[in-house]
Amino acid sequence: MNEQPLHDLDTLRARQPRFRGLESGHRACQGCGEALAARLTTEAAGPDVVVANATGCLEVFTTPWPQSAWRLPWIHSVFGNTAAVAAGMEAALKQQGRATQVLAFAGDGGTFDIGFQALSGMMERGHDVLFVCFDNEAYMNTGVQRSGSTPHAAMTTTSPPGELRMGKRHMKKDILSIIAAHHIPYAATASVAYPSDLRKKVRRAMDTEGASFLQIHSPCPLGWGHDGAKTIEVARLAVQTGLFPVIEMERGELIGTLPIREPRPVSDYLKLQNRFRHLFASEYRARKELEHLQAIANRNIERFELRGVGPETYDTEGADTVHRGGDRWA
Amino acid sequence: MALALEGSQALARTVALCRPQVVAAYPITPQTHIVEGIAKLVADGHLACEMVSVESEHSAASVALGAAAAGSRAYTASASQGILLMAEVLYDISGLRIPLVMTCANRALSGPLNIWNDQQDSMSMRDSGWIQLYCATNQEAVDTTVQAFRIAERCELPVMVCVDGFTLTHTLEPLELPTAEQVDGFLPVYSFRHGLDPADPRSLGTLVGPEHFSEVRHAHHQAMMRAQTEIEQADADWAAVVGRHCGGLVEARGDPEARLGILTLGSVLGTLEDAMDSDPELPRARFIKLRSFRPFPAEALRRACEGLDHLIVLERALSPGAGGIVGPEVQTALIEMEEPPRVHNYAAGLGGRDLSLDLYSRIVQAVFGAERPREFAIIDAEPDLLPESDR
Repeated sequence: MNEQPLHDLDTLRARQPRFRGLESGHRACQGCGEALAARLTTEAAGPDVVVANATGCLEVFTTPWPQSAWRLPWIHSVFGNTAAVAAGMEAALKQQGRATQVLAFAGDGGTFDIGFQALSGMMERGHDVLFVCFDNEAYMNTGVQRSGSTPHAAMTTTSPPGELRMGKRHMKKDILSIIAAHHIPYAATASVAYPSDLRKKVRRAMDTEGASFLQIHSPCPLGWGHDGAKTIEVARLAVQTGLFPVIEMERGELIGTLPIREPRPVSDYLKLQNRFRHLFASEYRARKELEHLQAIANRNIERFELRGVGPETYDTEGADTVHRGGDRWA
Repeated sequence: MALALEGSQALARTVALCRPQVVAAYPITPQTHIVEGIAKLVADGHLACEMVSVESEHSAASVALGAAAAGSRAYTASASQGILLMAEVLYDISGLRIPLVMTCANRALSGPLNIWNDQQDSMSMRDSGWIQLYCATNQEAVDTTVQAFRIAERCELPVMVCVDGFTLTHTLEPLELPTAEQVDGFLPVYSFRHGLDPADPRSLGTLVGPEHFSEVRHAHHQAMMRAQTEIEQADADWAAVVGRHCGGLVEARGDPEARLGILTLGSVLGTLEDAMDSDPELPRARFIKLRSFRPFPAEALRRACEGLDHLIVLERALSPGAGGIVGPEVQTALIEMEEPPRVHNYAAGLGGRDLSLDLYSRIVQAVFGAERPREFAIIDAEPDLLPESDR
C-alpha cells in the first residue's frame, strides 16, 4: 500500500483523520482520565476555537514553559475565573463578528467550588460558551484534597478515614440540579468510557447557541487509587452502577440518558479504588456506608429513569469518522 | 467648547470615544456613574460595544482580560473592595502583559466600612505591575484616559487611571471633551500581537518554572521602567492635539523659587494651591504633582525637587506599622541628590475626611524650619476622640 513504515510517527500523524487539539507528549500520569477527556473534547470541537483553562492538572501538565501540548489558542488566567475569561473572549469575538467558538475547561474545583460564581454568572448572561468540567472528584493538582464534587465516604488527604470518620462526611454536590436551574439551552454529562457519546455531546453543545455545560467523569488513577490501565473500566462501572448518571438536558429538562439495562452493584466500582478501601473493612460503619452509597446509586437510577428496557446501548452511536469533526479540517 | 459635566459622565463619554469593544464592570460606589454612563451610551447606540454586567469585580477584570487577549480593546472600572476582589486577576493581567485600561474611583478600604475618598485601594495594588496614573482634575482624568489606552497598547501593560472618588467623580465642572476625530487620530485600532487566534494558536499563561520566572519578572520590570518614556510621549502628543498637558510623569507647579515643596497625588493639589493663593502671608511652596506612581519616576522627581530644603509628602493612604507609602519611596529617590531636601511624610483626608484650606498652613507650620524630618502622622486625626489607650 505504501513504502513508508507504519511505525513512522509523522506518517501516522499525517494519516490521523481527526484534528488533535491536545497533542501527545504532555506530562499527565499514565491512565489520566482528564487528558483523555480533553483530547476527545478538542477532537470533536475542531480547530476554530479558543480555550480558557482553569488552574489545575490540565493546565500544569500541558504547558510547562517553553512547551505546550495545545494546538489551539489557549489561555490560563487564575483558578476561579475561567468562565469569566471565556465570557470575555466570547464578547470580543462577537463584537469582532467572528464565528470562532469558545471553550472553557476546568476541573471539579474550578467548577463546583472556586469557579462556581463565575460559571453561574456566565450561564445567567447566556454567553455562547461551552464550559467543560473534567470531574475527577477532588483537588488532584494539589495532592488529592476533597472538593464539593468528592463522593460521600471517599478518602482524600483532607477527608481521611479514622476512628471518628469514614472519609468525606458530605455528599457530592448536586451540580446538575444547579446547572438545570440556570435553564441553559444544553447541558449534559459524559464519561471517558463512552467516547463517541462524549464527542457527540461536544458537537451538540457547540451547535447550540448560548451557554452549554458538559461534565465529564474523568478517573484519576493517582487520586482514586486504581490501576492506570483500568481507567476506562472504572469509568464505565461508575456509569453502570448509577453512581455517575450520563444524561442530557435542554433548558433544564431531562431529554436523554445513557440507559443501564443491568445495574452493577456499587461495590464492583468501589472495590477497584483505594479511596474506598476503608469501606471494605469488616465493621459496621463500613457496611453502613456501602449501603449508603448503594442507596445513592439506586436513587440516581430512579431519579433519571436510567433503567433501560431495550437492548444494551453500546457506545456505537456516532462512532464513525464522518462526523468526528476531523475530516472538515484534514 | 467647555461642557458642564459630572466627572463620571465625562469619563463615560471619554471611554466611549476610545471605542472599547468590551466593557465589563460590577457597580461599586463611587465608580457607578461611570459604568452607568457607558451602559446608557451602549443602549442608545452611541457606542458599539459588548457591555458585560458581571456578577463580581473578580469577573469584571477576568472578562476584560479575556476580551483583550481575544483581540478587542477592553475597559473596566472599580474602586475599594472591588479592587481588592480583583487583586489576583490584576496581577495576572499585568504578568501576562495584557493591555487594558481601568478607572479606579479612589475610595477607602474596609473595615470599618467607608465609602468615601482616599487612595488606599490603588496603593494596595502598588506592586501589581500596573501603570498607575493619578489625576488632579477631571480634565486630567479625561485626557489621561485617552492617553492610557495608547500607553497600555504600546507598552503591553495595563493602566490604572486613578480618579479621586466623589471629589472628582461626582463633581460637576466645566470640561473640554475631545472630538471623535481627535481621539481616532491619536489612538490606533487595537491590536495585541500575543492575542488568541486559531490561525496562529499560542498558549498564554502557561506554567513557568524557576528556570524562567525571574526573566519574566525582569522583562516586566524593564517594560514598566521603559513605559516612562511612553507616558511622557503620550502626554506631549496629546497636548499637540488638544492643547492641554497633564504633567507627564511628575510636574512642578506653584512658586519655582520656593525652598519648600509639597508632593501630592490626585485632587488634593487644587485645595493646596487655592489655600496658598488665598493668603499672601503664608510661606510659598512648590507643588510637586506625582502623576505616575508606577512606574516611579525617580529621575524626573529629582529634577522637580532641585533646590528644595524641605519636601512634604502628603498622601491619602498609609502602611500601618510603617507610616507613609509614597514618602519612603520619594526619600529613597532623593537620597541621590547632592543636597536632598528633608522629607516629611503625612497622611491626610482618609476615608473622605474633608481637606479644608487650613490644611496648607497646618502642614507648612508643622515642618517649618525643622531640624530633622518630622515623624509620620495622620495630620488631621484627632486622637482626643479616642480612648486614652488608643491615642
